[in-house]
Amino acid sequence: MTMSTTDTKPSTTRPATEYIDPKLDAKIPAGPIERKWERHKFEMKLVNPTNRRRYTIIIVGSGLAGASAAATLAEAGYNIKCYCYQDSPRRAHSIAAQGGINAAKNYRNDGDSVFRLFYDTIKGGDFRAREANVYRLAEVSMAIIDQCVAQGVPFAREYSGYLDNRSFGGAQVARTFYARGQTGQQLLLGAYQALSRQIGLGKVQMFSHTEMLDLVVIDGQARGIVTRDMITGKVESHIADAVVLATGGYSNVFYLSTNAKGCNTTAIWRAHRRGAFFGNPCYTQIHPTCIPVSGDHQSKLTLMSESLRNDGRVWVPKTPGDRRPPSQIPENERDYYLERKYPSYGNLAPRDISSRAAKEACDAGRGVGPGGLGVYLDFADAIKRLGKNVIAERYGNLFDMYERITGENPYEVPMRIYPAVHYTMGGLWVDYNLMSTIPGLFVIGEANFSDHGANRLGASALMQGLADGYFILPYTIADYLASTRLPKADTTHSAFRETEAEINDRVRRLLNTKGLRTVDSFHRELGRIMWEYCGMARNEAGLKKALDQIPALREEFWASVKVPGENNDINQELEKAGRLADFLELGELMCIDALHRNESCGGHFREEYQTEDGEAKRDDESYSYVAAWEFTSLGAKPILHKELLQFENIALATRSYK
Amino acid sequence: MAAALTLYRSTIGKKAIMAITGFIGYGFVILHMVGNLHIFEGPAEFNHYAEFLRTIGTPVLPERGLLWILRVVLLASVILHVTAAVQLTRLDWASRPQGYRQTKRKQATFASMTLRWGGIAIFFFLIYHLAHFTFGVGIPNFAGHESAYQNVVTGFSNPINVALYIVAVGALGMHLYHGVWSMFQTLGLNGARTDGFWRGLAALSGILLFLGFSTVPIAVITGVVR
Amino acid sequence: MNLTLHVWRQKNSRSEGRFETYQAKDIIPDMSFLEMLDVVNQELIMKGEEPIAFEHDCREGICGSCGMVINGYPHGGQKGTTACQLHMRHYKDGDTITIEPWRARAFPVLKDLIVDRSAFDRIIQSGGFISATTGVAQDANTVLVPKSNADAAMDAAACIGCGACVAACPNASAMLFTAAKISHLGLLPQGQPERYARVVQMVEQMDKEGFGGCTNIGECSAACPKEISLDVIARMNRDLLVATIKGGK
Repeated sequence: MTMSTTDTKPSTTRPATEYIDPKLDAKIPAGPIERKWERHKFEMKLVNPTNRRRYTIIIVGSGLAGASAAATLAEAGYNIKCYCYQDSPRRAHSIAAQGGINAAKNYRNDGDSVFRLFYDTIKGGDFRAREANVYRLAEVSMAIIDQCVAQGVPFAREYSGYLDNRSFGGAQVARTFYARGQTGQQLLLGAYQALSRQIGLGKVQMFSHTEMLDLVVIDGQARGIVTRDMITGKVESHIADAVVLATGGYSNVFYLSTNAKGCNTTAIWRAHRRGAFFGNPCYTQIHPTCIPVSGDHQSKLTLMSESLRNDGRVWVPKTPGDRRPPSQIPENERDYYLERKYPSYGNLAPRDISSRAAKEACDAGRGVGPGGLGVYLDFADAIKRLGKNVIAERYGNLFDMYERITGENPYEVPMRIYPAVHYTMGGLWVDYNLMSTIPGLFVIGEANFSDHGANRLGASALMQGLADGYFILPYTIADYLASTRLPKADTTHSAFRETEAEINDRVRRLLNTKGLRTVDSFHRELGRIMWEYCGMARNEAGLKKALDQIPALREEFWASVKVPGENNDINQELEKAGRLADFLELGELMCIDALHRNESCGGHFREEYQTEDGEAKRDDESYSYVAAWEFTSLGAKPILHKELLQFENIALATRSYK
Repeated sequence: MAAALTLYRSTIGKKAIMAITGFIGYGFVILHMVGNLHIFEGPAEFNHYAEFLRTIGTPVLPERGLLWILRVVLLASVILHVTAAVQLTRLDWASRPQGYRQTKRKQATFASMTLRWGGIAIFFFLIYHLAHFTFGVGIPNFAGHESAYQNVVTGFSNPINVALYIVAVGALGMHLYHGVWSMFQTLGLNGARTDGFWRGLAALSGILLFLGFSTVPIAVITGVVR
Repeated sequence: MNLTLHVWRQKNSRSEGRFETYQAKDIIPDMSFLEMLDVVNQELIMKGEEPIAFEHDCREGICGSCGMVINGYPHGGQKGTTACQLHMRHYKDGDTITIEPWRARAFPVLKDLIVDRSAFDRIIQSGGFISATTGVAQDANTVLVPKSNADAAMDAAACIGCGACVAACPNASAMLFTAAKISHLGLLPQGQPERYARVVQMVEQMDKEGFGGCTNIGECSAACPKEISLDVIARMNRDLLVATIKGGK
């Protein structure tokens, strides 16, 4: 496996426009940014209400993006088939988002606006996101809140009865709406209820405990998927006029992440192998406030909402190796490093910056807790200032959760936190219409690469998922359906038959290898490689090492994985093995992408490219583009396509939160 | 009517019937207990009270008219209460065909877990009780309805009867200890603010009725009333 | 620490199940209960046996996937805790732990500790929503909601649909689950137009699924990892009675 890509760094002497890849037309509408979406909505073709029932749309995933899209498209009159691997659509991992959802409502009268949310998101993403998409996101953010309130989402309110807001990292306005520490849950249940209503009405056919294992492309158009019923093992084909992937992120490539155990890359990776380009795979977000790893048995990491940083102060001892309990470390021997380094944002510095600062402190031997991999998040001052009751009301459930997991009481002892993989900004490349490079394949929510650039701001994931599902995809998919000729086809088509056969082969192969190592042991090893070399900080030597190790591990996996049981019953090891097989391919692409991007931006921090005081050093001249990778064949070099990013409304600037 | 039938088809509807009929029964046992205490005023007063029960409502109603109306209402309540209980119990038992190897409870009280068994005990006792004091079964020299006092004294001179009555009113107390609160909960008249009140009332009802009812047989057998 | 586990094993919904005994060795107090099962499973796999199947996903107590009766208690009996957040520090060396699936006619066992909870989805589909089609909404601050109502709605909406209430109830009743959704939506102004139709439809579906009735024992609420109060059941009862008086409208 070679490390280089087919494309080299563009020379800086040629004009930028030359690098726009004709295969990668982002289809950004013309006109001023404030008018683009409005105008596009008008120009897009519509499907007549009576004709909508003639179209079938497959939606894979039932999280915020998938459920909201399924419900909205079904309400519009389309026939929807929706799939999830969980036993119920209500369990999608969006449910675990704690903190909140952003919207440019300016209910606080603190200077928020669509433009400011747009600006904050672009800047927070370290100028690696597409302006037009982000502006649209900020534009529809308000309608999301309205929609959710209408559905009965019990957002936090003030005594007056008006909606309450809190502030979040990377913003100087309070624009985050929340429902205790369970905002994701409440938004998802809102979408789930809307989806349930359509299931009850027969407009959505729901397939739970069903996993998509491949995409079917006929004559260049995405026309269906092949699934495995996780109860019976049956491999089945499903046809439609368009396919939407809303399958979330791929943080579980790291084995330990804050994602649910079942989150996987299979749907998007299979689509990638069928021709969908993968955008910015190396952009991963490391969330600064997670509960530290407690031992080798650890199966997943638990996030503590970023909202805690509103009142908690982050610190480590000033002296390396200081092992005294926190209560015995006097004030002047503590380093409140975020407040020191970033006085204007303080403890609310964005995630990538806070995470790196924590790593820096721990690398310097100033970390706390077992293994020195932790920093304190201290509420003593806030409790003194506001009283225990106020803190309990704001964060009670988070404090309880922390105590359940660690056995420590955060009202008395400062919390220990450490960064953990949390979100992947990368994903399948999509154009302005959220369509991938395969016509008819749409990708929404975390599964696509779009709106967050190289770093996502807190409370923006929920916003993007619902924006895509409720307010963007329903328009753009109609335009596709209305303007595309879709030849008649059914599941007897050879493309379906062949895919089914491939999947059955793969399942047989996994079951018949009967090797020596469990799926988990391989996954842990992959995770260790990824965390070590493609984690919070990356460098050329490490990435090259990873690119040696991953293909070798993949080979070993196929030669000696041990998957017990049979295919025709529930077989959780078989499910995990199939997912890991795809992670073992994706991990390599992530390292290739990280290695090719010779700059630091957002969540992608290359040690070679940093300023004197350790901040990320971007190279806008060379890397202000989206890296969209085309799959060639396994083990062979992927082809890099570039979508050059144009910043017409916000001047490229060095990101500073000082 | 159709809506009521639909309601009855649901488990909640059946329980509502149980709550309403239970409330009637609750009212009845309170009056019954208060009535019983007349025995401490002596034979004349007690017999007079029995006579009053028979003639209440006259002359608008014939003698024993209201008593019969009450009896019909009570009988209907008992039938409905028992029917709904049997139907619900069958549903509940069917809802878990395979049980647990190990079950532990955190919240359940003895009273709530034995409600059905207590109910059955009360039901059989009720038959015996009617046979006993209304028809004179097991009372030697049953003196007829004009000598209620005498019948009570004779009836409770037998220690077996006294034991049986005390056990039965114990079951009744337990039944009410859970049932009275449950009644308000089932009828949706409970909430965070009222919960403590209803639970208190239920506990008080259970205890007071048990004490009130058991005073009479104890008073007879200890010779306080003779 | 070392533990002895008695675990319900059942190949699929068509076969009979039985208890099997396993040893869980070298368990660390910081492990979660599911991580302890992971350890046992890794060993089973290496021995060529099928691992214990149990449903789990987020492992942070919010998705509602996990659920098993541990020593007679759904989710193990720690206050407000799901099985995935139950930690082994609550057990001691040498303990014997019995692990069983949820038991209810409406929740048939699919394999080992996995049960089919789709009945809950069907209850929601029958009316557990506000029919607010995308795009209809007015500005979010147009309708004010008193904080106390919003808080009470949130208390009820915290339900994760795990099924512990059914598992704990001596009658395998789904009243707490159903009532939580009815209360959540019924407490909000947005939920009023469909309030009475909703309760009629959801209760009908709940009964149709084969759950038992409520005997107001309170085990459901005590087992609920989100500590949802019995108040919601009283509210549902009240709404159903009012709905009857109003003729279900």
